[in-house]
Amino acid sequence: MASIEIEKLEKSYGHVSVLHGIDLDIRDGEFIVLVGPSGCGKSTLLRMIAGLEGVSKGEIRIAGNRVNDLHPKDRDIAMVFQSYALYPHMNVAGNMSYSLRLRKTAKEKIGAAVAGAAAKLGLEPLLERRPKALSGGQRQRVAMGRAIVRQPKAFLFDEPLSNLDARLREQMRAEIKKMHADLKATSIYVTHDQIEAMTLADRIVAMHGGVVQQVGSPLDLYDRPANLFVAGFIGSPGMNFLDVTYSGGALRLKDGSQIEASVPESTPEGSSLTLGIRPEHVVITSDGRGRRALVELIEPTGFGIILHLSLHGIAFKVFTLDRQALAVTGEIMVAFPAEHIHLFNDEGKRIG
Amino acid sequence: MKQSLLPTVAHRIAILCYIAFALFPLFWLLKVSVTPNDLLYSEGVRMWPSRTTFDHYAFVLRHSSFPTFFKNSLIVSGSTAVVVTVCASLSGYALSRFSFRAKYWIVALMLLTQMFPLVMLVAPIFKILSPLGLTNSLTGLVFVYSAFNVPFATFLMQSFFDGIPKDLEEAAMIDGATKFTAFRQIILPLTLPGIAATLGFVFTAAWSELLFALMLINGNAAATFPVGLLTFVSKFSVDFGQMMAAGVLALIPAGLFFLLIQRYLVQGLTAGAVKG
Repeated sequence: MASIEIEKLEKSYGHVSVLHGIDLDIRDGEFIVLVGPSGCGKSTLLRMIAGLEGVSKGEIRIAGNRVNDLHPKDRDIAMVFQSYALYPHMNVAGNMSYSLRLRKTAKEKIGAAVAGAAAKLGLEPLLERRPKALSGGQRQRVAMGRAIVRQPKAFLFDEPLSNLDARLREQMRAEIKKMHADLKATSIYVTHDQIEAMTLADRIVAMHGGVVQQVGSPLDLYDRPANLFVAGFIGSPGMNFLDVTYSGGALRLKDGSQIEASVPESTPEGSSLTLGIRPEHVVITSDGRGRRALVELIEPTGFGIILHLSLHGIAFKVFTLDRQALAVTGEIMVAFPAEHIHLFNDEGKRIG
Repeated sequence: MKQSLLPTVAHRIAILCYIAFALFPLFWLLKVSVTPNDLLYSEGVRMWPSRTTFDHYAFVLRHSSFPTFFKNSLIVSGSTAVVVTVCASLSGYALSRFSFRAKYWIVALMLLTQMFPLVMLVAPIFKILSPLGLTNSLTGLVFVYSAFNVPFATFLMQSFFDGIPKDLEEAAMIDGATKFTAFRQIILPLTLPGIAATLGFVFTAAWSELLFALMLINGNAAATFPVGLLTFVSKFSVDFGQMMAAGVLALIPAGLFFLLIQRYLVQGLTAGAVKG
């Protein structure tokens, strides 16, 4: 187990720059999730840590040692690939023991390590099978088993659950979390799925356009998103955004109506801001408070109900647990509790 | 569900016709090789002679230089196949996996070598090999055949390597393998069908090559089997019986070779095309 430090890391392919000065300190035993839309550079960053991509600028240190020029085999890390990358010509036991055999580990030790990993993942009856004869979920387990047979300095996961169906993904997610609680291994996990990020991470690193947008605990990112990107990316259904202007000491919507919220004192008069509020924080009122919105679509999810509204012509979502919302038609009144309002300045940065 | 019989029957008949057409020359080869000399011209055109004999085979094996030709061909074709496959595996891997500055030009150059009719090159190659003492030698033939087959074999191998996901090597490297170990232990075993296809292709190409063998070799000591066959043509007559017997014998190793690799070959020739 080891800590990983990343300092001013840059990556470019020819003239195309994909990572712009990434700084990140990962503590020993921490579970870090890199999250972001496709093309944000999260996989590239992971592959650079693994040594599968070269470093254009900056430094990566594993356990305090600079590894920039180290071959992947000498970095002592394990990786689970999205495609699983199982060796088709070896059986399950062969796949799991390959890394140990390369290190010329004693046969008894290999046997014990494979048996231990197989027991943890429920793979004992499958040890003699080839990958071809396994289901997707079983392949995924073998890929995990291959990573845990030895004690590497860190585990890297590159969207390991993307190829599984929803039910299996949920199950494996829990298993990965259990495994981490059990092994306490430094882990870096790449995903575009924000539920995976929220549920697994000790800290989330939200990335966009090759730049780290915010680093923090899942609830930090949910409660206090640092900018518009994080606010919109974390949470499902996504946050609602409304354009407002600050004038006369209050926030005003385009139609001039006021919204109550605590605005920092330094905010200049007349500045245009973006107001954000999560669909689950919007309140449907029946006592005439709030503002009018047109119901356009109702999506029941079983657990709750998503209402698609139109507020001053802007698409707006509400998530409610109240089943009576299923019956609403025409117009309803919605209110924005001040404590749940996020404010962003014209650069997209959080101001309150 | 009962399938209509007619299309199936028509399909089978069409295949039968094709097989008969393709195999007829081989059948004729076999037929003439067992026909006694006295019946060859006296019986007219018959599908099978009234009397058969293995005298031609016995003569070819005991009294002609055929065993030498056969041995030479085996050495030349075998060495060429091995040399080309090893080179093509390495270069095909490089073209498939690495990006390097001259890649485009190397590929273009290799393609260029495939565009010339070989006849044009006979004289210059003779000029080159002669001062090196490589004319009239099996080594010289192996050199020439290898040089001509490596480009195509490289492209063939490249397409097989392209079909193997890069993730596998990366997984192996993270598991602790060097690039070469990953190539040897993970990629090569998965490319076996491709290697078999390349071996087979090069072996047969070298086995039946006549032009260079004829130009670069004189005398029986270093002659390969296609050249050797011509020795059955004398100034005044052609000994068809013996020639055909030699031809049948020459088919045996090629046939055996394909029997050995055919399992891989079918896999191999389709593996690159369809993502499994």
